[in-house]
Amino acid sequence: MPITNRLKNQHLLWRSAFGPMAENVAELDTLSQKQLWNLLVKTSANTPDKIEVAQNLADGLVTGIKDVVDLQKKELDKAQAKKRREQSRDDLKNLNIRWLDEMINSEAQLREKLSLFWHGHFACRVINSYFQQELLHIIRSNALGNFKDLLREVSKSPAMIQFLNNQQNRKQHPNENFAREVMELFTLGRGNYTENDIKEAARAFTGWGFNAGGEFVFRKFAHDDGSKTVLGKTGNFNGDDIIDILLEQKQTAVYITKKIYKFFVNENADNEKVEWLANRFYQNGYDIKKLLEDIFTNDWFYAEKNMGNKIKSPIELLAGIRRFLPMQMENDQAQLLFQRTLGQILFYPPNVAGWPGGKTWIDSSTLMVRLRIPQLLSANEILNIRPKDDDDVMMGQMAEAALKKIKTATKGGTANIEWSLVTKAFAAVTRENLLAKISESVLQTKSKVSTNLLNKYVNNESRENYIKSAIINLMCTPEYQLC
Amino acid sequence: MVIKRKEFLQIGSLATASFMMPKFLKAFEKPAMVPPGNKVVVVVQLGGGNDGLNTVIPVRNDIYYRERPKLGITKDKSLLLTDEVGLNPALEAFKGLYDDGSLAIMNGVGYPNPDRSHFRSMDIWHSTSESNQYVNTGWIGRYLDAQCNGCDKPTHALEIDDVLSLALKGEQSKGLAFKDPKRLYNSSNEKYYKEINADHQKGEETIDYLYKTMSETLSSADYIFKQSKLHPSNQTYPATNLGKDLQTIASLIFSDINTKVYYVTLGSFDTHVNQEAQQKRLFTELNDAVKAFTADLKKNNRFTDVLMMTFSEFGRRVAQNASGGTDHGTANNMFFIGGGLKQKGVLNAMPDLSDLNEGDLKYKVDFKNVYATVLNKWLGADDKIILGKKFEMLNFI
Repeated sequence: MPITNRLKNQHLLWRSAFGPMAENVAELDTLSQKQLWNLLVKTSANTPDKIEVAQNLADGLVTGIKDVVDLQKKELDKAQAKKRREQSRDDLKNLNIRWLDEMINSEAQLREKLSLFWHGHFACRVINSYFQQELLHIIRSNALGNFKDLLREVSKSPAMIQFLNNQQNRKQHPNENFAREVMELFTLGRGNYTENDIKEAARAFTGWGFNAGGEFVFRKFAHDDGSKTVLGKTGNFNGDDIIDILLEQKQTAVYITKKIYKFFVNENADNEKVEWLANRFYQNGYDIKKLLEDIFTNDWFYAEKNMGNKIKSPIELLAGIRRFLPMQMENDQAQLLFQRTLGQILFYPPNVAGWPGGKTWIDSSTLMVRLRIPQLLSANEILNIRPKDDDDVMMGQMAEAALKKIKTATKGGTANIEWSLVTKAFAAVTRENLLAKISESVLQTKSKVSTNLLNKYVNNESRENYIKSAIINLMCTPEYQLC
Repeated sequence: MVIKRKEFLQIGSLATASFMMPKFLKAFEKPAMVPPGNKVVVVVQLGGGNDGLNTVIPVRNDIYYRERPKLGITKDKSLLLTDEVGLNPALEAFKGLYDDGSLAIMNGVGYPNPDRSHFRSMDIWHSTSESNQYVNTGWIGRYLDAQCNGCDKPTHALEIDDVLSLALKGEQSKGLAFKDPKRLYNSSNEKYYKEINADHQKGEETIDYLYKTMSETLSSADYIFKQSKLHPSNQTYPATNLGKDLQTIASLIFSDINTKVYYVTLGSFDTHVNQEAQQKRLFTELNDAVKAFTADLKKNNRFTDVLMMTFSEFGRRVAQNASGGTDHGTANNMFFIGGGLKQKGVLNAMPDLSDLNEGDLKYKVDFKNVYATVLNKWLGADDKIILGKKFEMLNFI
């Protein structure tokens, strides 16, 4: 099968965005990749609006920040604290759903896709919804900007400071967690620093914390202002100095570029290309948009070996289905349950290293659920699944609640799909070419499901039913798990 | 509309699904797969951090009663094993197993630099990573990698759950999770899946991996369902989740299935408030299910082949909190149950409550020593390869 212009455009849309919309597929035959890329950049140019889940600022302060301080002081009684934690959990569910909606409906597709990447890179698991909301905004605002700003702002966010225990990092009792993860996971990668570098950097980060208002503060009294030696440099460094030193290291550009290459291009990194990209990324002063342009406007990005071989993450899968098929979700809880069952819940990365991705998404259980989701969304089926209780921050209760709501709410289906729009998108295609065209729009893989086989399972009662059943059947395949 | 395409095969027509069977059956004929006596392990995960001190109670320890004026379980209420050790009153069947030499208790099990986050600590127990390390595979998954090279069957380790735990995920092989053999069979037994599976031509690595997983799942679903009907347990089990899960496991143990490890979870033991009632409820579920399970195994002469072990991601603080509960702690005890124990009863010293680390127990036995022992002595596997280094063997099996 030749790589058509449509496939190339869809490749760009799947990797730099959340996939094509059915309504647009015909246009993808003629648009050039350069034109499409420019469109993606243009539609992501604006500064994003903050997704706010707290009712208003006062609410945010009450449910978000103050409780941390109060809890530490043990001023709140347990019932009150529990109530606030529950509120925070609910806020996080809203944040999850609203951001997911943004990924699907926003025209700033490129920005949201990059935000999802950074959300995994700067993995942070804290219950405080206000902190998470602010961190997400930092990420979305800088997703296509400069990595230096992004790194610095994330490092100073109360969410990350809390998660990596820098609030407890004091001159008398240094806590190395933050310094270690900044080097190991955010900038240099394992093996490019010594244990002594970590110890010394931790001293420089002493005093970085946050106040009761949820703002970054530098607590001078807790800071160790003595001399430190980090990565061969010596001085009376503070946290900002360490970030500068880390960014001066070319290895940081290499590490970030390689991770981006693996996420957006191919799990098997081509070291020559990574080096070329990393050099330019470093020379361009960590300009993220320029790095992406180097990737997405290059011919090798559209080479056969880079297409249709990446396992979609659960979020990419869900967003991709919803983006292709115009639908109204009837049941937000179902989307949370899908995330949980498939192993990727926004704001709940497994640990600070983020989601490992690739083949780790797939086991017997997750694959069979993946294969059923398109049916569940399109027909009125009930997902009879009960994930085990999770005792961490929120999930145990969520699972129970989600299950109850799903059982009662799925009577009307989990989604309403506007099939007439989809049918219209294929209106110009002749009956003989229909299945091939649908297949080309839904699957990116070289491996195809045979037409003979598909024909046994499509519904021939009407053209709309034919299109509908062909799309759903194609989505219920191992091929559709790849993009 | 064809979208609904649930076409369940009748049980009698299982043969029609056998196009993927030959290779599959061959795998089980390998004699090395099933060691003599077909020893199996049943792991019971007590999720949420079970309070070990109110499970195995130091009934002669003044510090225990001083730190737990309200929560402490008095000597006369506990089920006495020895002068100084009592069991939680809800664990009456465990006392019976103790009396009959089929229960062992290991105290103070943990790991260096303990983490008090549920998620992280569970991660460490599953993956056997160091506290500052992140590993994406689990110990049972790596057991599958080591044992199952080429047998491409995920049924060597089964989790009775809808979601597969990290513990059962290997680099190459992964265990299989299902709640009920019949439901697994029904949901995977769609003609469409079988046909696209049969139709797939070998191609690129990733897509082949997906088809391989699908193919294994479909054939395993048939296989597990068939096996579960061979010698279904006729014992009466309590009508609880764990009761049903253990009955499913018993039925599979009585069959010819090649499964070596079963995994099941009970929770949540996260008892920050009103611990007494919550722990009692969960222990009653545990107790009644284990009682039926062990009776079932004995009746069917399989008790000596089965090793059941319990664990929790951490124990709890020595001191009670102000809400009738306990907060996250560190080291904890483990139960071992079975007819093949070499050492029985209380295996080591009770925790030293006068030697704490910021209010928490210091661990005495690394859980990886337990894993190494189970892998090596019970499952006949290479523990060093699976755990990445050699851990000293214990002697309870």
